[in-house]
Amino acid sequence: MTSTPAAAQERHVLTVMVDNEAGILAKIAGLFTARGYNIDSLTVADITERHDISRITIVTHGPPAIIDQIRAQLERLVPVHKVVDLTELGPYVERELALIKVAGTGNLRVEALRVADIFRAKVVDTTTSSFVFELTGSPDKIDTFVTLMKELGLVEVGRTGVVGMVRGASAA
Amino acid sequence: MSTERSGAEILVETLVAKGVEFVFGYPGGAVLPIYDALFGEDRIRHILVRHEAGAAHAAEGYARATGKPGVVLVTSGPGATNAVTGIADAFMDSIPMVVITGQVPTALIGTDAFQEADTVGITRHCTKHNYLVKDVADLATIVDEAFHIATSGRPGPVVIDIPKDVQIAHARWTGRAPQRRTRYDPQVAAAPAVIADAVAMIAAAERPVFYTGGGVINAGPAASEHLRALQALTGAPVTSTLMGLGAFPADHPAWLGMLGMHGTYEANMAMNQADLIVAVGARFDDRVTGRLDAFSPLSRKIHVDIDRSSINKTVRVDLPVIGDCAVVLAQMIDAWRAAGHEQTDQTGWFARIDGWRARDSLGYPLRGQDIMPQKAIERLYQLTRHRDPVISTEVGQHQMWAAQHFHFTAPNKWLTSGGLGTMGYGLPAAIGAQAGLPDALVIDIAGDASIQMNIQELGTATQYRLPVKVFVLNNEWMGMVRQWQELTYESRYSNSYSDSLPDFVKLAEAYGWKGIRITTMDELDAGIQAMIDHPGPVFVDCLVVKEANCFPMIPSGAAHTDMILYGDDVAGTMDDAAKALV
Repeated sequence: MTSTPAAAQERHVLTVMVDNEAGILAKIAGLFTARGYNIDSLTVADITERHDISRITIVTHGPPAIIDQIRAQLERLVPVHKVVDLTELGPYVERELALIKVAGTGNLRVEALRVADIFRAKVVDTTTSSFVFELTGSPDKIDTFVTLMKELGLVEVGRTGVVGMVRGASAA
Repeated sequence: MSTERSGAEILVETLVAKGVEFVFGYPGGAVLPIYDALFGEDRIRHILVRHEAGAAHAAEGYARATGKPGVVLVTSGPGATNAVTGIADAFMDSIPMVVITGQVPTALIGTDAFQEADTVGITRHCTKHNYLVKDVADLATIVDEAFHIATSGRPGPVVIDIPKDVQIAHARWTGRAPQRRTRYDPQVAAAPAVIADAVAMIAAAERPVFYTGGGVINAGPAASEHLRALQALTGAPVTSTLMGLGAFPADHPAWLGMLGMHGTYEANMAMNQADLIVAVGARFDDRVTGRLDAFSPLSRKIHVDIDRSSINKTVRVDLPVIGDCAVVLAQMIDAWRAAGHEQTDQTGWFARIDGWRARDSLGYPLRGQDIMPQKAIERLYQLTRHRDPVISTEVGQHQMWAAQHFHFTAPNKWLTSGGLGTMGYGLPAAIGAQAGLPDALVIDIAGDASIQMNIQELGTATQYRLPVKVFVLNNEWMGMVRQWQELTYESRYSNSYSDSLPDFVKLAEAYGWKGIRITTMDELDAGIQAMIDHPGPVFVDCLVVKEANCFPMIPSGAAHTDMILYGDDVAGTMDDAAKALV
């Protein structure tokens, strides 16, 4: 759309139920690149005992009209059963898991452990000069933790991307 | 009765069961088992093309003219990649098509084997769906589902990639494909409340316009009938996209002509001044809307489409109506009657339209004995209309002149590459249409440049005795490219001259066609008549005024009100922002 003022960008979390077939991930990722949509994170895993359905969680951002298009374009794909916009739907939880490696000795090491405790991060690996922390939480919480660790000997970070689910008793 | 059959045999049996009459294809190493299964098969007719692009376009032409899905059979690697343009074309124009591609044996996939290409990967974003068949036991079910997907909802191409070992392997065959749960079931009828809102909006409008598109054609002949009935009830004028021509009769007083970049002045002005647009099976393409922020600024908009992703994609609408055009139009007719709506008085609206019509935007000057291309189309129309011909086109000036000056009163008579704009579409499309409609007069209106893009298919028509006609408007230019160079690049004609043209008449004769050359106005009618009268394929090389350009025209990125009418000065240049627009 030319010469329309840029609409406000919104962050949306979408869950997409798909047939667990070859190429579906490429198809969805390719849809985003081909149409110029943003992917902030994308997670996928099969969730049924028969391994025939996968649940994909996509975090994206864009103006409301684009978010609506993303949903419509996803729904158009044959292997896609259902698209839920959690942000649109109402209260939901989102969680991400991160592994964070920090190296240091002395006070830095003690401080890293203290901060980890505050964030309820678990130590999943340790040497005399390093920790690997496991942290689960909202992306914000992980961002904050990583920022703090930068001053305390951060070595590397691995993040899973977000999974989300609507609050309450029923499925979305 | 259950027996063991090879994958190739199961494929053929399933195609027969799906009612397939024609397969357009070209053999090669990775489809030899399928070709062997087709040997001596009299239930399916295989049309051997000369290039796989021709197979895909022929299947498109067949589908568009008959309403049935087109079927393509090509080998792996180059066979598949050559077909990709036609697949992408069918995807853009929503043409139902099933493309069967051979693949190297399963064990060789991923090893850069001879004639290996990642067909499923390459076609992923230009198909409605695609499959790689890994187990022969799944083959029949996949073919069955592929036809369902290709033909239901918004139609489109589906690719089935079958490795050679799967074609040879055996599986149980019971005479029909095992049914599985339908996972693709698009909504065809709209909610009654939405329909009631839509007809109330039409009943309240003072300046309504129906803006219809290819979706009306795709929804079958009933959709065109319902469109005419709804127009009769509401009295609203009708315009159409390039793809929708024929759904509404061009000889109707409420017909505005095509809209958009090369549409009529009255159609574009009516869109600009309307207070209600009813879009039916049309997708607000950039060739239709022109500059988006100036598109139909005074109107509320209803959008009927089976594909929700078409709605609000570029133009925000007030009332989305999701469903099949034929079903929704029938619902609207019933709802209009049930609500007791009366036609509004549109006398003033039609008076304004008549004022725009009086500009005669399709007018053009005559040039003595030199043939104006518009005149050639006009005469072609006048001399063939009683035969109710099927017209295909290539892409360029001739295509737009055909859309403007050849008039259609029925659907499925107009085969053109709208969305992708594929030069080389017209000849194979005409061949496909003629295969499906052996008694029809099928004419490819072409340009001297476009026709060369798939000219090898002349041989296909000869082989199958298909009496297609090719009518070339020969101006020795890639006319539309030259027109844009005049408009945008101060007439620097970079590579747009058709140098070294063949002698088309001799070329046609070499292929066993009749060749006719028309050079003056005096020869025009007689040449066209000779073309019609000849029972076999005919190639007409009609030499037209070389410098004629296609008007009216809305320059790319301009508003509907900024039309260039004939005779306006079009020479010039544009700033970089305008040059960047397609």
